Amino acid sequence: MSFLEIRNVHKRFGAHEVLRGINLSVEEHQVVCLIGPSGCGKSTLLRCINGLEEIQAGEIRLCGDRISGPGVDLNALRRDVGIVFQSFNLFPHMTVLQNIILAPTQVLRMPEDEAREKALALLRRIGLEHKAQAYPDQLSGGQQQRAAIARALAMEPMLLLLDEITSALDPELVSEVLSLLRELAQEGMTMLLATHEMGFAREVASKVCFMYGGVVYEEGPPEQIFTNPRQLRTQQFLASIIEARRL
Amino acid sequence: MERRCESIRPKDGFAFALLALASASVLLLATGWVMWAVKRTMSANGFQALWADALLLLLMLVPVGLLTMAARGLVQAQAARRALRSENLIAARVHSSEAHTWAWFTLGYAGALALFLLFVLFFIANDVAVGRTFFQLELIANSFGLILQAFGVNVIIFLFAGVLSLIWGLVVAVAKLLPGKPAQPIRFIATFYTDAFLSLPSIIVIYLIGFGLPLTGIGFFRSLPLEALAVLALTLTYGAYMAEVYRAGLESIHPSQWAAARSLGLSYGQTLRFVIVPQAVRRIIPPLLNNLIGMQKDTALVNVVGVIDAFNQARIIASNNFNLSAVTTVAIIFILITIPQTRLVDRLVERDRARFRQG
Repeated sequence: MSFLEIRNVHKRFGAHEVLRGINLSVEEHQVVCLIGPSGCGKSTLLRCINGLEEIQAGEIRLCGDRISGPGVDLNALRRDVGIVFQSFNLFPHMTVLQNIILAPTQVLRMPEDEAREKALALLRRIGLEHKAQAYPDQLSGGQQQRAAIARALAMEPMLLLLDEITSALDPELVSEVLSLLRELAQEGMTMLLATHEMGFAREVASKVCFMYGGVVYEEGPPEQIFTNPRQLRTQQFLASIIEARRL
Repeated sequence: MERRCESIRPKDGFAFALLALASASVLLLATGWVMWAVKRTMSANGFQALWADALLLLLMLVPVGLLTMAARGLVQAQAARRALRSENLIAARVHSSEAHTWAWFTLGYAGALALFLLFVLFFIANDVAVGRTFFQLELIANSFGLILQAFGVNVIIFLFAGVLSLIWGLVVAVAKLLPGKPAQPIRFIATFYTDAFLSLPSIIVIYLIGFGLPLTGIGFFRSLPLEALAVLALTLTYGAYMAEVYRAGLESIHPSQWAAARSLGLSYGQTLRFVIVPQAVRRIIPPLLNNLIGMQKDTALVNVVGVIDAFNQARIIASNNFNLSAVTTVAIIFILITIPQTRLVDRLVERDRARFRQG
């Protein structure tokens, strides 16, 4: 049994079936990258794992425990599974520090002093200590996204989901976010990320999954997927990426 | 399209300047006539004062200012005409534009002056009937203290009903937005409540509650003072308005904020309390304040159940004196209290807009 086990997951929005039987497993301390064209279901899959979307069939297990379907304590699940969004979604009426300590103090009932100290340590690590008292709109996109990652990390999740977190950033801001992810990967954080950063996926991923039409079309180690893809769809997708000079 | 290479010839604005001059002259005559009428009314009533005469004379000078503006326009128009004749088009445009500006100035101020003269005529018509009925200075001055005291009742009702309806409205709005099937009855009740109270005129609610609840004989309601029943009625009515504003505010927060908060493990209630409501309230402060201003004015309706508020007090004084000037006093108090608040709301709206433009 894998750390995260996704079996035959189906997700429909009305008549539109986005996930058509996803099978995927993630081991502890692995970094798994989901690649694939827009609309192939990467984001939806991540939102399903976090319980932000309900699935219609199949099941998702974390550490052997079923985390999909009726009766799951979603609030408890979300303490263990963090998610970072493409558009940061920081709380604009709170400072960076308040953003980070909100969930630890309210959900984990951590004393405020302790939460504040941990948050400051996190911010120091990601080089945003001087922005602790700033509001999100006073930060650059890269800084906001790093703060959002810190907010997710403050809950000390077992699994971190990252939903195209560099897609909304100006190119020169992408690297600061990616280097933070690289560090997290080295520390052994288990991560499942949807991304268009093929270079990064190739460098950091333990496994790359190519999604197409709501299923995992092909998966394997990055070297194999990027240099020797077996499926025609994968080859076409990578060819178009190369054409756009993104690989 | 064919490119047109000759320059555009401006109009000299002479006719327009003449029109302005004509209206200024008419107003000069009209002002003279109205001031003469005022003077005649004053002497007919045995009123004689140097300051009043001086004021009248001063007012006579206003149309002279109009004439000066019109004359400047005319001078500019002539200059424009000369420049046109010598084919100096750029100078002609400058003078013509000046002439138009001065003519517009003249017409704008002339319009305002004309309205003022009409009001003065209305005021002194029928041997100052309007003035006597609404603006008996002596009665206004004498009743002011008493009415201001009674206005305290309005203020107290307003403060209680204001705070209560702000809280109640939020409760109703949250009830209306509760998710899930089990909450359907609650949502239905909240929706019915807002629909009902939005369609009920507040004066009817005040009447029914102020007269009706004590009549039921239920001890609790019988023991309540009338003012408290008025507060209850206004809270119920304005709570519905507030609820609609809150709902708009809550719905305006992007779903991604919900997703972000819930994904951190915050419960529905915690998400509302820490993330959604604080952001929503910031956006809806101006409309909430507008509702409060409306409620402040509606405190005058409580006189229908016999609360001695400023309006009721004024009506008593008015009927004792066969003169409405005491009610004018109430009107003045309401105006003085409300205008600063309206300006405050305007400023808040402007500030919000500025922030929005900033992005």
